[in-house]
Amino acid sequence: MNKKLSQKIAFMIFRILGIMVVGILFWILGFIIYNGIEVISWEFIFSSPSEGMTEGGIFPAIVGTLSLVMGSMIFAFPLGVMSAIYTNEYAGNSWIVRFIRVMTNNLGSIPSIVFGLFGMALFVNTLGFGDSILAGSLTLGLLVLPLVIRTTEEALKAVPNSYRIGSLALGASKLQTIRKVVLPAAFPNITTGLILSIGRVSGETAPILFTVAAYFLPKLPNGIFDQVMALPYHLYVIVTSGTDIEASRPMAYGTALVLIAIVLIMNILAMIIRGHFNKKLKTN
Amino acid sequence: MKKIKRILERIVESILTVSGAVTSIAILLIIVFLFKEGLGLFNSPSVEKGYSLYVNSKNPVDQLSTIDTKQIFDSELTNWKELGGGNQEIKIFRFDELFNLYSEEELGEEYSLIPEKLGEIIINNPNIVAYLPDEYAPTDVQGVKVLASKNISLIDFFGGKQWMPTSTPSPLFGVLPLILGTLLVSIIAILIALPLGLGVAIYLSELAGERTRKLMKPTIELLAGIPSVVYGFFGLVVLVPIVQNIFGLSVGETAFTGSLILAIMALPTIITVAEDAMRNTPRDMREASLALGASQWQTIYKVVIPYSASGISAAVVLGIGRAIGETMAVLMVTGNAAVMPHSLFESVRTIPATIAAELGEAPAHGPHYQALFLLGCILFIITMIISITAEVISKKQPNKGV
Amino acid sequence: MIEAKNINFYYGDFHALKNINMAMDINTVTAFIGPSGCGKSTFLRIFNRMNDLIDKTRITGECIVDGENIYDKSIQVDELRKKIGMVFQKPNPFPKSIFENVAYGLRVNDMGDNKMIAQRVEESLKDAALWDEVKDKLKKSAFELSGGQQQRLCIARALAISPSILLMDEPASSLDPISTSKIEELIHNLKKDYTIVIVTHNMQQAARISDMTGFFMMGELVEFSETKKMFLNPEKDETQNYITGRFG
Repeated sequence: MNKKLSQKIAFMIFRILGIMVVGILFWILGFIIYNGIEVISWEFIFSSPSEGMTEGGIFPAIVGTLSLVMGSMIFAFPLGVMSAIYTNEYAGNSWIVRFIRVMTNNLGSIPSIVFGLFGMALFVNTLGFGDSILAGSLTLGLLVLPLVIRTTEEALKAVPNSYRIGSLALGASKLQTIRKVVLPAAFPNITTGLILSIGRVSGETAPILFTVAAYFLPKLPNGIFDQVMALPYHLYVIVTSGTDIEASRPMAYGTALVLIAIVLIMNILAMIIRGHFNKKLKTN
Repeated sequence: MKKIKRILERIVESILTVSGAVTSIAILLIIVFLFKEGLGLFNSPSVEKGYSLYVNSKNPVDQLSTIDTKQIFDSELTNWKELGGGNQEIKIFRFDELFNLYSEEELGEEYSLIPEKLGEIIINNPNIVAYLPDEYAPTDVQGVKVLASKNISLIDFFGGKQWMPTSTPSPLFGVLPLILGTLLVSIIAILIALPLGLGVAIYLSELAGERTRKLMKPTIELLAGIPSVVYGFFGLVVLVPIVQNIFGLSVGETAFTGSLILAIMALPTIITVAEDAMRNTPRDMREASLALGASQWQTIYKVVIPYSASGISAAVVLGIGRAIGETMAVLMVTGNAAVMPHSLFESVRTIPATIAAELGEAPAHGPHYQALFLLGCILFIITMIISITAEVISKKQPNKGV
Repeated sequence: MIEAKNINFYYGDFHALKNINMAMDINTVTAFIGPSGCGKSTFLRIFNRMNDLIDKTRITGECIVDGENIYDKSIQVDELRKKIGMVFQKPNPFPKSIFENVAYGLRVNDMGDNKMIAQRVEESLKDAALWDEVKDKLKKSAFELSGGQQQRLCIARALAISPSILLMDEPASSLDPISTSKIEELIHNLKKDYTIVIVTHNMQQAARISDMTGFFMMGELVEFSETKKMFLNPEKDETQNYITGRFG
């Protein structure tokens, strides 16, 4: 078989594979949007489920997810940014830094269910928080911490060293340099990391199974020691159990649509910000 | 004033230093909590806590293994001689049967006469094995012998072929079906995802124009961001019926369906890492090959792929890690039969799915709970190994030359 | 008066500066010349202790500025750097506005309120011969300026905190000839108020603008004398060879 022909065939196969992968995304998205869009209504977003999850809305789950997102970000974002500042700006290239990077990578590859186990053992049981927003937020925060650290480190690395040197030569201290030059320059990319983390946390089920999620709560949460409903858990439950699986199906599509919308919007937003500001940096 | 500023700066810098340690502390804590709970399993008796097995003292049998116990109480083992005893049919006695034989008064006030009555029954039935709660047991009665209960052993756990955490009197915690289920689903998933992912990576890195890349890379990133439970939903509602119809099965929830959905989930990881590795092939190398008359395709498989081999391997390893650790999608799609898998088209159960499905019902700190934590430990170790392997592999870059 | 006494400097095991002794008067321009890698930039950075930022470096000897040894343990490095300004080879303005770039040093060192800062910014930009070109666009990003303008901006930024000494590391090497001559004119005008030390690859530049010149080779200060004398009648053969272009 001559060179040209085998190349043609090979390249055609690869093209098809590429189209297939894009096609899969559209298949999944299409499936959910097509079936879910008719369920979305004002009532769906703002009211509670009723009639055994076959009617009503998913408002408590939305509120629950939002509170978990906020809680986990309050915990993970400052801590992660500070940790990245330490490893990137202060610690040089010693074995300490390499060790920390390995640990961070390892933490980032742990399956989400293991976080759920740990969260239950530490926060719910040992520390006695019980099934609560607090326990769930801490568990989710831990899950997403490596993501925050990694994106912040990359953002810091992208700031040219000449800025730091210029600032120090003017008599600024290291901390002043970080505050006034490095962080502002890295800000867009750090924000990208924050947004991606929000998207990640919104969709996680396993870590909240045993730390906060509830099947049905008639009232909205009062404080951080309450349980909440959450979108991914809600989807899981009405698809696999619940009183009437068939009749709840439309609710499931609606829930999936809302969940995907949140995640996709976050990801697209992050991409836009990243693209826009990196273009700016490049023109210098 | 300057002094105060300096002190404040020192404080902030100390806080920064401490925060650098947070991930290491987290891993330490995870190890401690997981292993402390999980390893407690091997200190747990194999018979349900608070209960023991009693036989007639004349019965030569002193101990029963977990499997034997289960087989007896499932009426699979029916004769004492199979256990080293005499040729007698095994008679099973459960505690509740007492209430069929005696009336409330005969059992005495506050059931104080129960141990006596139980003792009588055992003495009168030399072929009996009784499963009794410790608080009412005939412990000091002559003619009654308690069977020593062994702790759950490593072999029970790692070699056991049955996972039945709720069976009485001895719950079975054999993880082989779960390990095999996990391996089966994950390996098939990678076998599907690898060629697909590599092909797309090659397409993106070598063939696609700038515009196509600008469209496809975000698409793949978006695929990576879809939550596991949504994949599970899609798998359940779309893939399961398809698999059921194409292969003519009675139920579509099979290991194969699980592999399909896992393959889709592992694709973005494989594609991005492999594509990155391939793009890093130095331009001079490619141009040297082309200048020698090689076609673009030949350059790809003779120069680019071998050069990026370490990066591609890292991609595969990371994809495997992703597949093994997946919980929700697999839980919703593989059917959840915790049995030894015999074919791709049967229901199976993976390790993460087991934890997710059973933890809610395991009494805290009991053997089932501990077993699930031990499963978590196994998962943790596997993913640690994978993460370290991927790092080591990707560091072994071939010499970039002078 | 700036003095270097028996300065020896090491990058790890590499002996980069070998027993340098030199003294510079105030309000003069001193040029350091020499082939690549001879240590002139390293020596320049001794004076504002920028070498401290590099790992595994070691220095012995004394460096006296304003009567104090700047390597003494009691010296606060950021205070030192307020007194000694630096301009780098490639212009490196911050990603901020023109105004904020010049004001940066004033702000981090708490030098005055907003009114004072605005005044100081204008003065510095005038000293750097940039004011007329940017006075209407102070809020615009510094990156909108040309290369030559950015370098003058960096000079203004360094001048704003009123240093007594200005260190310049090949300030014109990345600029076009017209910008270069503007910078040289600037240096000539700044001489009356500042003590300037400039590292340069360009011998003609050194001859044009400096009062004293030091010739470095392989970490040693081979010759240090009045510029006119160095170029017309050098004492050492190596100096002669370098100046006439016989090598490097």
